[in-house]
Amino acid sequence: MAPVWNQGTRGIHGLSKAVAPEDSQRKGRSLLQFLADHFYDVQALREYLLRKQVLKVHQKNRPFTHIKERFGPHAAGAYFILKQGGAVKFQGKEWIRPNTRGRFSLDFLKFPEVPVEAVDASGSAINYHGLDNLLALKELQSLWLRHCPHVDDWCLSRLHSLANSLQELSLAGCPRISERGLACLHHLQNLRRLDISDLPAVSNPGLTQILVEEMLPNCEVLGADWTQGLRLGPEEQSRDTASPIPA
Amino acid sequence: MLRRSLQFALGRDVLGRGLGTHRGGSTLDWNGKMSEIKKKIQSVLPGGAWTQLHDTSYLPPEHSDVVIVGGGVMGLSVAYWLKRLERPRGAIRVLVVERDHTYSQASTVLSVGGIRQQFSVPENIQLSLFSIDFLRNINEYLAVVDDPPLDIQFNPSGYLLLASEKGAAVLESNVRVQRQEGAKVCLMSPEQLRNKFPWINPEGVALASYGMEHEGWFDPWSLLQGLRRKVQSMGVLFCQGEVTRFVSSSNHAETPSGEEVTLKRVHEVHVKIDHSLEYQPVECAIVINAAGAWSGQIAELAGVGKGPPGTLQGTKLPVEPRKRYVYLWNCPQGPGLETPFVIDASGAYFRREGLGNNYLGGCSPTEEEEPDPENLEVDHEFFQDKVWPPLAQRVPAFESLKVRSAWAGYYDYNTFDQNGVVGPHPLVVNMYFATGFSGHGLQQAPAVGRAVAEMVLHGNFQTINLSPFLFNRFHLGEKVHEHNII
Repeated sequence: MAPVWNQGTRGIHGLSKAVAPEDSQRKGRSLLQFLADHFYDVQALREYLLRKQVLKVHQKNRPFTHIKERFGPHAAGAYFILKQGGAVKFQGKEWIRPNTRGRFSLDFLKFPEVPVEAVDASGSAINYHGLDNLLALKELQSLWLRHCPHVDDWCLSRLHSLANSLQELSLAGCPRISERGLACLHHLQNLRRLDISDLPAVSNPGLTQILVEEMLPNCEVLGADWTQGLRLGPEEQSRDTASPIPA
Repeated sequence: MLRRSLQFALGRDVLGRGLGTHRGGSTLDWNGKMSEIKKKIQSVLPGGAWTQLHDTSYLPPEHSDVVIVGGGVMGLSVAYWLKRLERPRGAIRVLVVERDHTYSQASTVLSVGGIRQQFSVPENIQLSLFSIDFLRNINEYLAVVDDPPLDIQFNPSGYLLLASEKGAAVLESNVRVQRQEGAKVCLMSPEQLRNKFPWINPEGVALASYGMEHEGWFDPWSLLQGLRRKVQSMGVLFCQGEVTRFVSSSNHAETPSGEEVTLKRVHEVHVKIDHSLEYQPVECAIVINAAGAWSGQIAELAGVGKGPPGTLQGTKLPVEPRKRYVYLWNCPQGPGLETPFVIDASGAYFRREGLGNNYLGGCSPTEEEEPDPENLEVDHEFFQDKVWPPLAQRVPAFESLKVRSAWAGYYDYNTFDQNGVVGPHPLVVNMYFATGFSGHGLQQAPAVGRAVAEMVLHGNFQTINLSPFLFNRFHLGEKVHEHNII
């Protein structure tokens, strides 16, 4: 499984590349790796850089307790999502998105009782700890977590607290979600639309789709086609076109 | 003739001293002699490989600060935390002695792999809460630069404990304790059970407790490999061998009440190599007994329990191997993806395995039916008689199933109170225990490893207080009774 967290880091020139294991397999042993194998100091430096990358993600997911205390959980959750680069929709209002420079209007702080209806956190660095901010939004109806690199099976097991209100969930393209995490979605009995397409870590997408559909009978599951992974032979195809449909 | 004379001339040296064969080379062969002398000097000087008569790299080192007997998840966890909590870095030399590198009989890899917080003893709940935290952040704890991240294949599906009329009150009080400690458990009535899991037959069930988060099952082999890899990168040495003897010294002391006490200290551990009579005495300061099902034997070797019964000297370590069977079956109409780890009121349990309608399950036998722990042979009759009927009654779909395979593993069963033994022995002062978990060792291993490391390095428990689990309780008779042992 590729370590996705190493992508997009801008560390010291050359050193950040050396930390990423996939690079090491592709480019062969670089000078830094050679030094790390022979000197404890260089090895410690590489371990430190690795830890720093992890800490960066944690820093992005810190809770905003002062906003929560002053303005309530809805405002805190909205602020968190907007800070990550996502979009928020309050009940009865339009979508609020940050502009290209990351700035967003703080008007929503004037109405702390208005609940958040929909959250689009696609592509953000939200992880298990950052979900604390989302789980406080008790009237959330629609949650989009497409292509989030740090959302994994553990995060899905926390979503049960949104079971009363959540109607739409999209997990498309998250590289760390597997069928084991999808098994915890059965708590979400009010779910009507679920998108589980393009999940690279799911071992058997077609079978998983069927099992999730059985698990959530009232929900429309978008995802892999059940024929994905099956090979249709040429004879079967010709038989299909030739045979008439019985009236 | 000319050829013969040439051979004669070239066979000897120029001066005709052919009979002076010292080491098979001629005496005036300066180049050869010099290179031999150089090789000898190089091997004696420091930094050169002292080529002994044979290669001894398979032997453990002659000195080690800590020797951990047992290389399963418990032993490796103690090694990890010792290296992680030591100050300064690199201060402690740790040696892990494991008898079988294939882990063919180790409880860790034969385990069903579940982790839960639904215990009745608060310390057990705390241990399990920390361990699940460890597993969630395993790639931060066990990260090794240049190696791919670990995937322990955790299924966060939760545990479902069912209780009959008799056990309902106990279950309710247990859930209260669990929620106080921070576990996310909810109680369900039979009606709610039928709504949530339509494949369950709630007849006979008075109350059920369902763990919503932090519970499930995972792959113990990947945890073991991850720990092994990280611990090797931290500088812990491994040795394949069997501990056959402890060499210790005794000290006599008198208690304030006038009793004579013998304090022992282990100085050397004799590690015998497989398939040979050769052994290496390893001088050590601390010994950690993490030998799992065989901890009782290791403790006896160290002199634990050699004394008149009823005294502290005579209190043996009450850990013995107990055999447990696990069966894998296939049931096409069985419960679906949402199946938690179900533990029935009768003691039978099962969980989903994979996506193909396969299930793993078993049941603990009663005291009278305990199988002989001599070997790991599976008794298929046990499934027919003791496991299948209660499960088929609870899940009607299981009435038609097909057993695919089965295996057996050992519990390091604590016959006293089925809870772990952690901490030093009061008389053998430098032996620490991390064993006796009776079937829930894997799920507590990261936290117990940290506790033992704290005890060794600081002398007391700092994060989770495991003083109810010390060895003294066997002599004092204070049982720490855990209700939820499968």
